[in-house]
Amino acid sequence: MTDRQDIAAAQAERDRRSAFAPAAPEAVVEDAAVPLFTPDPDQGPARSLWSDAWLEMRRRPLFWFSAGLIVLVVLMAIVPQLFTFLSPQPDPNYADLSKARIAPGPGAWFGFDGQGYDVYSRTIYGARSSILVGLGATLVTTMIGGVIGIFAGYFGGWWDTILSRVGDVFFAIPLLLGGILALYTFPNKLDTPYLVMVGKVVLALGILGWPSIARLMRSSVLQVKPHDFVQAARALGAGPGRIVRSHILPNAVAPVIAVSTINLGVYIATEATLSFLGIGLQPPAISWGVAISDASGIGLVRSTPHMLLFPSLFLSITVLAFIMLGEVVRDALDPKLR
Amino acid sequence: MTTTPPSGVRTTRPTRREPGARTWIPTDGLLLDVEDLHVEFRTRDGLARAINGVSFELRQDETLAILGESGSGKSVTAQAIMGILDTPPAFVTAGAVRYCGTDLIGLDEKVMRSVRGDEIAMIFQDALSSLNPVFSVGWQIAEMFRVHRGMNRRDAEAEAIRLMERVRIPGARERVHNYPHQFSGGMRQRIMIAMAIALDPKVLIADEPTTALDVTVQAQIMDLLKELQADSHMGLILITHDLGVVADVADRIGVMYAGRLVEKADVFDLYADPAHPYTLGLLESIPRLDQQGERLNAIGGLPPNLTRIPAGCPFHPRCRFATDICRAGDPPPLLEVAPGRRVACHHYDQLLGQHLLETERER
Amino acid sequence: MVTYIIRRLLQMIPVLIGSTFLIFVMVFALPGDPVSGRCGERACPEAYVQKFTQEYHLDKPVVVQYAYYVGKLAQGDLGTNFYGNSVRKELAARYPTTAKLAVIAIVFEVLVGIVAGVVAGMRKGRWPDTLVTLTSLLIISIPVFVLGSLAQLVFGIKLAWFPVTSTAGTWSQLLLPGLVLGSVSVAYVARLTRTNLVENLRSDYVRTAKAKGLGKGRAIGIHTLRNSLIPVVTYIGYDFGALLGGAIVTERIFNINGIGSFIFRSITARDGVSVVGAVVSLVFVYLIMNLLVDLLYGVLDPRISHD
Repeated sequence: MTDRQDIAAAQAERDRRSAFAPAAPEAVVEDAAVPLFTPDPDQGPARSLWSDAWLEMRRRPLFWFSAGLIVLVVLMAIVPQLFTFLSPQPDPNYADLSKARIAPGPGAWFGFDGQGYDVYSRTIYGARSSILVGLGATLVTTMIGGVIGIFAGYFGGWWDTILSRVGDVFFAIPLLLGGILALYTFPNKLDTPYLVMVGKVVLALGILGWPSIARLMRSSVLQVKPHDFVQAARALGAGPGRIVRSHILPNAVAPVIAVSTINLGVYIATEATLSFLGIGLQPPAISWGVAISDASGIGLVRSTPHMLLFPSLFLSITVLAFIMLGEVVRDALDPKLR
Repeated sequence: MTTTPPSGVRTTRPTRREPGARTWIPTDGLLLDVEDLHVEFRTRDGLARAINGVSFELRQDETLAILGESGSGKSVTAQAIMGILDTPPAFVTAGAVRYCGTDLIGLDEKVMRSVRGDEIAMIFQDALSSLNPVFSVGWQIAEMFRVHRGMNRRDAEAEAIRLMERVRIPGARERVHNYPHQFSGGMRQRIMIAMAIALDPKVLIADEPTTALDVTVQAQIMDLLKELQADSHMGLILITHDLGVVADVADRIGVMYAGRLVEKADVFDLYADPAHPYTLGLLESIPRLDQQGERLNAIGGLPPNLTRIPAGCPFHPRCRFATDICRAGDPPPLLEVAPGRRVACHHYDQLLGQHLLETERER
Repeated sequence: MVTYIIRRLLQMIPVLIGSTFLIFVMVFALPGDPVSGRCGERACPEAYVQKFTQEYHLDKPVVVQYAYYVGKLAQGDLGTNFYGNSVRKELAARYPTTAKLAVIAIVFEVLVGIVAGVVAGMRKGRWPDTLVTLTSLLIISIPVFVLGSLAQLVFGIKLAWFPVTSTAGTWSQLLLPGLVLGSVSVAYVARLTRTNLVENLRSDYVRTAKAKGLGKGRAIGIHTLRNSLIPVVTYIGYDFGALLGGAIVTERIFNINGIGSFIFRSITARDGVSVVGAVVSLVFVYLIMNLLVDLLYGVLDPRISHD
């Protein structure tokens, strides 16, 4: 699981097509309404889009399922004690080497790992790293990508050419490979403070992950820009800042939100992969990736599958929840798919 | 391939008719007889009654225009005749589409395929999206001959060039390998037409053939259609919302509203003397040079949602003639009110003859 | 078409220069001790620091450093690691194995992904569609390293259908790892194929195909499939980068002696020159693959290449 930040491959493809296609398709005339009838009073596309999307999402069980899972995992990340206080060993940092690798039982719900740590409490506490990295990386990519995409799309011309080429350069380096390089040059060591460690992973993912968002934002802006309400606002003397804030953003932001949600899951998986390779987070930091790495020697997989299974399960479900939520949101925002 | 076909002989090998093909011969020139056609769409948002009892006939050499707003059911009618509605969600629930005396509804799919293209052909509004973007235009025209006639690639291509020349595409031989996006809108529509007339169909349905085009190009396309019709004696069904397009070309006009024909008349009668308030509204909303400065008389309101067609006459909420009789019960039937004229309105007598008088008075 | 190829090649050049520069800056030119962690666990001996500084011209301005670096890269020189081995030779010995792994993954991805997508798209809303949609969602959510470990546990150890490790790197040994590596992409390809097919089946030109009197098979097989596969081809190209990343993980899990495990081992040994050389070479392969896909894209979609 690596740089699937390009989940929106279809969108990106469309974006490319429009970038290289000889000419924009000519005005596609829908079954043209007879011009003599009074048109439906326009009620702002942004509001109706979001309220429509909400109505659509509300009736999909998948939405409630994935949102529920996400609330649960986020709660785990904020107050892990809530989940561990009933466990026989609530402290994730208490190790008893004599109990190492004991299978699940009354003494430990998920068993013990190679160091004699309680797998259950470590799995619960591991949520924090994943959520921090996922949120952080999504925030960084959305900020950088969003701003760059708006600039390129709104101002066009040289801005667009330069920013798009820079994006291509970053896009040419696969997320995981770039992450390996970045973290290899600025390694996390055993004594690096936890938040610095997380910060480095976030930066590594953020620096390489922004172009997909920038492309998406750019094409959304290009779609919204020619609309009459934008031109009208411009004609009335609104400055670029105001036009972007009140007209372009509300309309262009929808697909970005959907893809960012999906990406959040992808970043969580990538963090785990980097940690699995030993260059993401380092012990003593508690992370699902580190736990899976510790559990996945061939001998260990055979003798103590519980060490592998539980963190893997939590990791996969978390990733699944974010991807599902993102897709539900995307489907709801895209009237074509309804 | 730009090799010239062997001199004198156009197609050397015998052409094969596909299985299921049969001969269709119209009696008394009657090609199509649509009777009481009903189509509904069963969607998640409810049942949309798109067509509610449409009947009309089409003869050789005749041009029938079907006029209506979007959502009036005119395109659905066309696709129902062709049998290319997607089922689900669309279902033909009643009625018949008789072609040369045989009902096409429920006909074996194999036979139906030999009717499409070969007997009844169709052209669509937006030629750019209606042509496949990844195949050359020549290939797409030639496909008609390869599939329906079993021709080989070279012969079929020669036919495609012949057709492109027939619809007056300049440099047809050079452009046969070009792709749809490399043509202008008008040329693309010509290619659609070439494809549709490839197998000399007896009926051509043109669904808004000029809506996406410039006014000058519109006229050229309509002229081309007229000319092709004169050559081949086909029956032409012209679907449009544009009264201007209809006037020069059509012999008869059917006005559709909410899935029903509300008025049928010869083209001159309809323009001179509309009998249905809706037709009157359509005519009044055309800007006229002699009425400069006056307020344009548009029809207020919107066409009804097909999932909730109002009781009584479906037009009554927008009708200035509406009385209580219009607001309940069944919609008014399409009655013959004068020779060759049918109208579905309780108050046609308030209109028929009036418009003529008004025009007189203005003079 | 020729102009298209030339244009794509020209567009490729700035991306190549840019990405190598980016990598270079990230690894050599950012503030920090450039030799840190290039000599295993200990600090580097003075002699090595000097030799390293000289080899990469670290005492010169960044642009000059980069020029030297690219000059060496162009000759295929990826440097010599701390143990005195040529990184290029190390990589050359391992590339065939990784290539085999990638071939298995891509064949799997293309065949199974497209077939599943087509089946699902044609039966939209019915059980084959639901099955494909749910299975693919599940597979997408399980990171490769989890999937790999599970596959090893179930198919290698419990069922013993496949060898547990693939040290020799033969085709048969690489089958299971290749399937694992391709699995996530299979899921994406299936979904993308389905989405595009469903969208295109509703398009105007399919309606035209029906109106032309074509059979269902021809309308779907010829008029829809090609259009639907264009984005899939593009996706497979982009996805190749993910595949290479996944190879690092898969090779580690199944003990395959390829580029991936070389990177992993170099990371563990903190052998910087090797890590950089291997990653750079993979990025190169990725870019070339993308170029090929772009060209294929031009062949499949005349709107791109004919203007």
